[in-house]
Amino acid sequence: MGKMMKRGAVFAAAVTAAAVLTGCGGSAPKAPEGQKLSGQTIRFVASNHTYTDAIKSLIPEFEKKTGIKVKMESYFEDQLTQKLTVELTSGSSTIDVFMTRPLQEGRLFSKNKWYEPLSPYVTDTKKTPADWKWNDFQKSAVEATTLNGNLYAVPIVTEWETLFYRKDLFAQAGLQPPKTLAELEAAAKQLNDPANGVYGIVSRGQRGAAVTQFSSYLYAHGGDFLKGGECVIDTPEAVKAIQYYGKILHDYGPPGVTNMSWPQAQALMASGKVAMWTDASTLLPGLLDPQKSKVADKIGIAMFPGGSAGQHPYMVVPWAVSISAQSKQKEAAWEFVKWLSSEEVMKKAQLAGNTTTRNAIWNDKDVLAKLHPGMADVAKQTGAIAVPYDRPVMTAVVEARDAIGDVIVKSIETGGTADIAGLAKAAVAQVNELLAKSGE
Amino acid sequence: MERFIERNIKWLFPLPAAVFIVSMMAFPVAYTIWVSLTDWSMTSSSAVQFVGLKNYIALFNDPRFFNAVKLTLYFTGLAVSVETVLGVGIALILNREFKGKNFVKGILLLPMVATPVAIGLAWTLFYEPTIGLGNYALQLLGLPASKWLASNTSVIPALAIVDIWEWTPMVALIVLAGLAALPHDPYEAAMVDGANTWQVFRYITLPLLSPTILVAVVLRGIDAFKTFDIIYTMTAGGPGFASETLNIYAYNLGFGYFKFGAASSALVALLALVLGGSLLVLWMRRTWEQ
Repeated sequence: MGKMMKRGAVFAAAVTAAAVLTGCGGSAPKAPEGQKLSGQTIRFVASNHTYTDAIKSLIPEFEKKTGIKVKMESYFEDQLTQKLTVELTSGSSTIDVFMTRPLQEGRLFSKNKWYEPLSPYVTDTKKTPADWKWNDFQKSAVEATTLNGNLYAVPIVTEWETLFYRKDLFAQAGLQPPKTLAELEAAAKQLNDPANGVYGIVSRGQRGAAVTQFSSYLYAHGGDFLKGGECVIDTPEAVKAIQYYGKILHDYGPPGVTNMSWPQAQALMASGKVAMWTDASTLLPGLLDPQKSKVADKIGIAMFPGGSAGQHPYMVVPWAVSISAQSKQKEAAWEFVKWLSSEEVMKKAQLAGNTTTRNAIWNDKDVLAKLHPGMADVAKQTGAIAVPYDRPVMTAVVEARDAIGDVIVKSIETGGTADIAGLAKAAVAQVNELLAKSGE
Repeated sequence: MERFIERNIKWLFPLPAAVFIVSMMAFPVAYTIWVSLTDWSMTSSSAVQFVGLKNYIALFNDPRFFNAVKLTLYFTGLAVSVETVLGVGIALILNREFKGKNFVKGILLLPMVATPVAIGLAWTLFYEPTIGLGNYALQLLGLPASKWLASNTSVIPALAIVDIWEWTPMVALIVLAGLAALPHDPYEAAMVDGANTWQVFRYITLPLLSPTILVAVVLRGIDAFKTFDIIYTMTAGGPGFASETLNIYAYNLGFGYFKFGAASSALVALLALVLGGSLLVLWMRRTWEQ
């Protein structure tokens, strides 16, 4: 035993000596400037997103520039949350950089201290040179990834609820894109023609998934999810919003809305079976791609209509990038995060169909020239009036979405004629209990 | 050393098996039971505490739990009963000699070896009410369109159809093996006595085959009870909670809401139901044989 320890100590000393020698002696080839982290390998766990698709092929450039190797894997959003939760709960330190959904995971992950606090990074000029332009990020986006004064992720994309519509069908019927929910309903009614395989409108109806796209309808009616730390989905305004959403989708929507999240709705819109679709602006590329869409040249986009309480679509940061607090290579991780959200890379991502978070990009000539007609205007106008969340912002958000989503499903199933007030009351009780349990 | 082995041989030889069973089977179950007695939840602001039977009390007060039990029984009953009838029928047909028999047997295996998630996705497209093949097929037959997965009433039968499509071949294969092992004497005796085909099936084949059928039913029952993959990929428990079976319910609690304590209690309840059901069937079989 004693002999072995001695041998270990000698070995360690030899290694240290070797390290000191190579460090000072200068005999070994020196790493080029800016490559002090060369040789490190970081693991990047991402989501299947147009942003990830856009940057995947650019990663070798980063590797060449810094000498840092990047191992990337990507998952569908719910699987990503699970993967992260399981790995981070186990105290595993093998994740260095990951993509995160601030509204969905922000509170849960912060509570469990899985995010490396990034405020010290962005304010330190040694870690973050001024030419990276942290100030250029949209203020509301930075606020979305800041909790209790601490920045926990760098926002990369924004999205807002928008109205996709078929320009050809609207022109044929002599209609203008609706500006109010009353006009939206009238247009849905007029364009609904099941005999010829075209339905008036589609939007998400699957339990939990429906909640986010229902939110703009809720705000337009003057309702909200939470107020003063309590759930208020049972107010007369909120009940009216749920009834309205159920009625239009039941009366003028395709069959099977209650089993639809965005992929199903997008498939219907792209195959020319519906005249209007309200969903996240980031889903536009799927409708414009002639490989996937039969109506690629007939898609118009408009602002989400207003209701009795005015026009209040949501605009949120659906994805941001974070460093794991358990990472052992935080410096290399930060280099990657900076590169990933640099103006150069972000511009390429925007040109590939993303809506990103740096102001300069929205004023860039190349970008403006390539944007879908109306996109820049809609983005600007929505940004000015938007609500910064599309779901109840709380730790137990998944369970709360399921409780609220079930009321929406019942409303769609019955065209809004079920006892929505009673069901909403039951959902409120459930959500309030969840809030109490997590101390919110 | 050698003498040590010789002296303890009765312990040493089964040791690998014992280690395997304890680490791979007994430990996870015991750990799940332990977790089910705590309030471990990632969304809670307090530390993990031992809470006794609190999770179980909450479970029995949750309407979603009873809904899940009901749906699980409905799905299992529907799928397994149809699979059994069809499976026995197919086995009887395959038990005769005909040209291309092995080819048909090979084809039958295909649904069983396909990846469940791929099956789920393919059937989801098939069931899509507007652009799917399902309603097109109904239309050709002059039948009214169905909402398939998107309606409270049709979602479980629609899911059961997928399970039936996937697993009837297994029942058929098990029964076919049973048929091959049947003795010939009773059939000769029956022929001498002038029994017709139906009588031979009803009074000889079926009674002799019933232990095999029972095995198939128990195996399929246990499996159908725990079905997860196709339901998760096709409906995730929806619309609303209309196809949230016990396994999906436990999954939502665990990996949707990160309430590991509550999810474990639901899984222990699932285990108890499967175990209880299996024991009941085996007990019935024993009394039946006596």
